[in-house]
Amino acid sequence: MTTTTSPAAKAAGGTADYLDQRTGLGAAVKGLSRKIFPDHWSFLLGEIALYSFIVILISGVFLTLFFVPSMAETDYEGPWAAMNGVEMSEAFASTLRLSFEVRGGLLMRQIHHWAALLFMASIVTHMMRVFFTGAFRKPRELNWLIGFTLMILGLAAGFSGYSLPDDVLSGNGLRITDGVVRSIPIIGSYLSYFIFGGEFPGQDLIPRLFIVHVLLVPAIILALVGLHLFLVFLQKHTQYPGGGRTNTNVVGFPLFPIYVAKAGGFFFIVFGVIALMAATMTINPVWNYGPYDPSPVGAGAQPDWYMLFLEGSLRLMPGQGTEWVIGGYTLSLNVLIPAVVVPGILFTALAAYPFIEQFVTGDKREHHVLDRPRNVPFRTATGVAILTAFFILVLAGSNDLIATQFDLSINDITWTFRVLFFVAPVLAFWITKRICLGLQRKDRELVLHGHETGRIVRFAHGEYIEVHRPLDDQERWLRVSQEPNRPLEIEPAEDSRGVRRKGYRKDVLRQRLSRIFFEDRVEPVTPAELAAAHSHGEHDALGSVHQTHGGANVPELDQAGTDGVPTVTAAGGGRRLAEPETPQQGPGADARNH
Amino acid sequence: MSTHNHPTDVTVTGATDGVPAVFTDPGIPHHRDRQSDLHPAAEKRAERQVTLLFGLSVLGTIGFLVAYFTVPPGETVASMRLSNLLLGLGLFLAMFAIGIAAVHWAKSLMNAHEKAEDRHELRSSDTTRTAAVEMLREGTEDSSIGRRGVLKGAMVSALALAPLSVAVPLIGEVGEDWDVSKFKSTMWRKGTRLAIDPSGRPIRAADVTIGSVVHVIPENLSEAEHPLDEKAKAVVLLVRLDPRDLKEAEDRKGWSYEGIVAYSKICTHVGCPVSLYEQQTHHLLCPCHQSTFDVADGAKVVFGPANRPLPQLPIEVDDEGYLVAQSDFTEPIGPSYWERLR
Repeated sequence: MTTTTSPAAKAAGGTADYLDQRTGLGAAVKGLSRKIFPDHWSFLLGEIALYSFIVILISGVFLTLFFVPSMAETDYEGPWAAMNGVEMSEAFASTLRLSFEVRGGLLMRQIHHWAALLFMASIVTHMMRVFFTGAFRKPRELNWLIGFTLMILGLAAGFSGYSLPDDVLSGNGLRITDGVVRSIPIIGSYLSYFIFGGEFPGQDLIPRLFIVHVLLVPAIILALVGLHLFLVFLQKHTQYPGGGRTNTNVVGFPLFPIYVAKAGGFFFIVFGVIALMAATMTINPVWNYGPYDPSPVGAGAQPDWYMLFLEGSLRLMPGQGTEWVIGGYTLSLNVLIPAVVVPGILFTALAAYPFIEQFVTGDKREHHVLDRPRNVPFRTATGVAILTAFFILVLAGSNDLIATQFDLSINDITWTFRVLFFVAPVLAFWITKRICLGLQRKDRELVLHGHETGRIVRFAHGEYIEVHRPLDDQERWLRVSQEPNRPLEIEPAEDSRGVRRKGYRKDVLRQRLSRIFFEDRVEPVTPAELAAAHSHGEHDALGSVHQTHGGANVPELDQAGTDGVPTVTAAGGGRRLAEPETPQQGPGADARNH
Repeated sequence: MSTHNHPTDVTVTGATDGVPAVFTDPGIPHHRDRQSDLHPAAEKRAERQVTLLFGLSVLGTIGFLVAYFTVPPGETVASMRLSNLLLGLGLFLAMFAIGIAAVHWAKSLMNAHEKAEDRHELRSSDTTRTAAVEMLREGTEDSSIGRRGVLKGAMVSALALAPLSVAVPLIGEVGEDWDVSKFKSTMWRKGTRLAIDPSGRPIRAADVTIGSVVHVIPENLSEAEHPLDEKAKAVVLLVRLDPRDLKEAEDRKGWSYEGIVAYSKICTHVGCPVSLYEQQTHHLLCPCHQSTFDVADGAKVVFGPANRPLPQLPIEVDDEGYLVAQSDFTEPIGPSYWERLR
């Protein structure tokens, strides 16, 4: 139904009518066009992943029209004089042709490669956002698993594509893959034959990688991306806490026109930035490396960034005493542990985390309002610890570059990373948790006493105080609206008639885990505490921190987690108090009584 | 068992004197007017900026096309880079300007009032669930599968076996002949001459000076059916040391020739070519994962993730003074695998 009568509007109306009569499109447009999405910069990370994937598809189609996925030998004749007459595979020769003879070919190659790096980087940062804000909680656990699978597929897509030009650098990467595959007990040698069609390098690998890279993996990625986005639409997007944002609504802007313009525009921005990178930064100049030959290898060779953690893991593992012979069969733990076991543990922990957390909290409700990372210190610290282990491995994967750039001994660097791999995640966990608890205390202090204004007032009787400006409604709500996480209380093992109940042991495990998760905590301010803080004046010392430790209620003392030395927390306000006044009963005490 | 995280669970002290138990949600923050909401001039300006940005994109596309037709990649790296740079900048401008224009339009000119929409529980209602279960039950009954056990068994067997027609030939063919014992041998034989990689020129013992390193292939490598496959196993690193520096095991006394030793170049860790030789320490370093081998002492591992020494190729000199192999390697070269010692 249009009120204008311009020819264009008439045509649009006609088309809409045609389609609606045949598909019932109207209902979909009615349901989706003004669908509300919340706005936040961190929601763009997933969009970057989506858009770089589209750029990968566009540039990839271009490349397939010129690339020859064959290992047949040929003598190069072409504009790149350095390689004239050199024997190489058709794959490498066609990559040179793409770079030198196809106009725009090099640009497309570099766009494809940069977009792939960006794709993985945005997937990883998007996962970090989802993890730290608790967006994986019910009902989004399945979408977390889909996203996790997409990350693994991204690795597979990247690695298979990286190896296609059949240059000496990627060829050595494949040789490492062969070595890793062979280390797998019992089936390793056969798996190597399965992949390479016989002995390494064989004649089949490039065509096989090609079909994996251009059909198998992208098809699955495309299907899962579709499912991922479908679930985002179905479940509606999560939103950050704030005024008017609840678990039963979604606050933001309509898909049409705001997100059609913003998200659509963002695609062009991502495409533009990738084009700029490809224009100005050379990536994978295979014409310098030369075709694959099993003999040469360059020093300082690096895989793409997302593979560095595996490389680093392999580099860190000490070789002595880690190869076992059992009953005549060889078990290469020096390869198996760093290349299979360590990444296996890191990835499994990541994939399983939502389910672990749900088991611990026993929380079966839907969550649509995101957590501020500080309000869930244990989760935030766990995430930072996993990331730290990952980044130590990434750095270890560049230990030779660190050695040459900073003129250090490679052996010292390797030993340092070996130690750091175990120590740094623990430290990172502890520090992150303390920072989170500190930020929560800061929030409490702000809510109770307001912003410091820097204005000092002297009373008639000589007392000085600093004037504090109370938080406005929105500022306060952001800091008090979270639900406090507390350790679980479980029912006793026996009921009133002395009968042991089922599931008690599971509950005990759950309670223990729950203590580990939530023992150290800072509760949000309650209206009563705020009222007390106001009525008793700025320097009142009503328990600002309810951090319980070991089940004991220590309302006034900040019992610093692991060292067990209680430190007195000043209650903020105009004067910093050395010690609180008489302890009052606060919510911390109530938690124990439940 | 309760989780204690319902806000209403919190017992609040002092709630008696009219203080609520929980804070109240202040609601969606008020919309703050933008310059373009308040001033028609600012709105006009924003509109002009958006138009200009779209125009910039058109210029980018024109620039790309001009570069495409006038700047070919040429024959040098410099000309190739120039072509790439100009095309890339054109594409950047064409894409980026559209993006900035659209976002600027949305942020400065479109309605910026936040709206709220209700969420509905994802779970279907109990009535729907009951109806769904009932439908499945009816369907199962219609199919009568519950009463026909043999039929069910036959169907499951047929479906389970049918994929074998695809899987068996796939698995049969995909690994060539599946003969993994090929890992154990290389093309080195008694009398095979050591030749320089990649020229294939045989090496005279007298031409190898002390401290020098030679990358070696079998002389007859190019005659192999798949030279690359053979090369991947047969590459050797030849080093001449001062015989006084050389520590040799009793059973390997005859494997070297006047301080010339030959070791497999394939790392025993995961198979990279070991290629960095440090003359002072006689250490060989694998550039991939930094396994370090001592050439003067049986190529034993001195650092890094490798566990075994590099296999040694026993060598001697033929009548014409050329270096030749005494035999193949006496152990499998390269990374370890399950059946290595069987």
